[in-house]
Amino acid sequence: MGGALGDRGPRLLRAGDRRSTVISTISTIAFVAALAAVFFFAPGSGVVRHDFFSGTNMWRSFVGNNSHGLPGIGTAIVLNIKMFLVAEVLILILALAVALVRQSTGPVMFPLRVVSTIYVDVFRGVPLLLVIYMIGNGVPALNLHFLSTQTPPVYGTAALVLSYSAYVSEVYRAGLNSVHRSQTLAARSLGLTGWTSMRYVILPQAVRNIIPPLLNDFISLQKDTALVGVIGAIEANQAATIYADSTLNYSSYVVAAILFLILTIPLARFTDHVIRRDRQRRLAGALV
Amino acid sequence: MSTSGNGSSAPSEAVRVEGLHKSFGAIEVLKGVDMAMNGNEVVCLIGASGSGKSTLLRCINLLEPIDAGRIVLWGQDVSSDPGLDQNLVRRQIGIVFQSFNLFPHMNVLANVTLAPTRALGVPREQAVEEARALLGRFGLSDKERDYPDRLSGGQQQRVAIVRALAMRPRIMLLDEVTSALDPELVAEVLDVIRELAASGMTMVIATHEMGFARDIANRVCFLEDGLIVEEAPPGELFSQPKDERTQRFLRRIIDAGRL
Repeated sequence: MGGALGDRGPRLLRAGDRRSTVISTISTIAFVAALAAVFFFAPGSGVVRHDFFSGTNMWRSFVGNNSHGLPGIGTAIVLNIKMFLVAEVLILILALAVALVRQSTGPVMFPLRVVSTIYVDVFRGVPLLLVIYMIGNGVPALNLHFLSTQTPPVYGTAALVLSYSAYVSEVYRAGLNSVHRSQTLAARSLGLTGWTSMRYVILPQAVRNIIPPLLNDFISLQKDTALVGVIGAIEANQAATIYADSTLNYSSYVVAAILFLILTIPLARFTDHVIRRDRQRRLAGALV
Repeated sequence: MSTSGNGSSAPSEAVRVEGLHKSFGAIEVLKGVDMAMNGNEVVCLIGASGSGKSTLLRCINLLEPIDAGRIVLWGQDVSSDPGLDQNLVRRQIGIVFQSFNLFPHMNVLANVTLAPTRALGVPREQAVEEARALLGRFGLSDKERDYPDRLSGGQQQRVAIVRALAMRPRIMLLDEVTSALDPELVAEVLDVIRELAASGMTMVIATHEMGFARDIANRVCFLEDGLIVEEAPPGELFSQPKDERTQRFLRRIIDAGRL
């Protein structure tokens, strides 16, 4: 753990040392060249390049073709973004509610505590794909007024929210537990009620502690919107599949993969940035 | 002379503790404590760590439920009424802890104004005005925008005292408030407490600072093993302790060069 003061956190390359810069440049070039060699000299290289990296197919799958019933991946990814954004907000709310119920102590809350514990156990245990299938096919079959007449993206988003809230509620709970008991003591000793203490003293500190793991879960959520395709939502992955099925060319999958990368990488970098800033802040605080 | 409204002519009884028992699991920390004090009085609790000083303070503030006994504050029994709103009681009692316990995500001003605005419903502008007055009184005017981790231990503890005072408590409970401080920072906090005592604040002070206790207390209670063993004005208790256990404790303190 050397050099606590100079340590700027997990940087890809440490600046200021010319010799190590030269070495890292050479090793990077060697590494990329090796990868490229494997790719280009593999016996099936030509086939793979044609089937997965065909420029024309990539472009056609990206823009789609309405008259041939081919959805464009470029348009379909918008559905992924929408599902992600809606799910994210709902997850933050539902997970917090579940966490607060599970952290409650009063006897009145006992039945709710049991329900929320079972909920978390069940939805953390069942694979997300199965939850999507069950909600996407089961709820319409119930024939229950408006609940059974929604579109696949709505059911898919609901499944994402149910599954992820179980995880995120545990993240919240860890955050709440990370705030020292003396903070509750101090708040209650001032005559603040339990709820006011939670709202103004405990929760703000807990949330600050869990931003990095929360962002991590959201990177994962961005990708998992692709699973909603299995119940017929035309999102990027489904659009790519439709294209591949009709042309027998898989370049559309590469397009979908690139689009997901464009979505997730900024969030991943932002997460790193937040973690680094947080570390520096704590370090600065500890020094004073 | 007291200028506050409560009992300036005939000092009223502020705190009465009778037969207080408190256990944590199998360990009985308080084994029948009896204690009483009037308004405007300063009582110091001394005794070794683990003798029950902190627990007694927390019981008075209703932060710890008690197992047996009675706690009466200004004539009101606060220990046996299950329908009592404990928050209302706590709002009248300021407590300051050894480890400051400031809210690290709020600046000094927000720390001080949170409880008046959220618990008492004081309008924001008024709460800020009162907070500034208190911060000024204790030499913290230039710190109101600072976060706790930017302050020295002494400054943090003074802010914690101001935060408690902002609720306009009728009594202050101080729980070894200088024990976590570097030696050179102890004086500034003790000065604050002296000023409070001079202004007539009713206080119960658990402390290891014997010299300070001798200066400031109207009465000193020596606790050992969950009981108040001896109770007397400081001049008496420190110079002619009657109980053998008090004598032994004070001898250890003197041998350690702390009195």
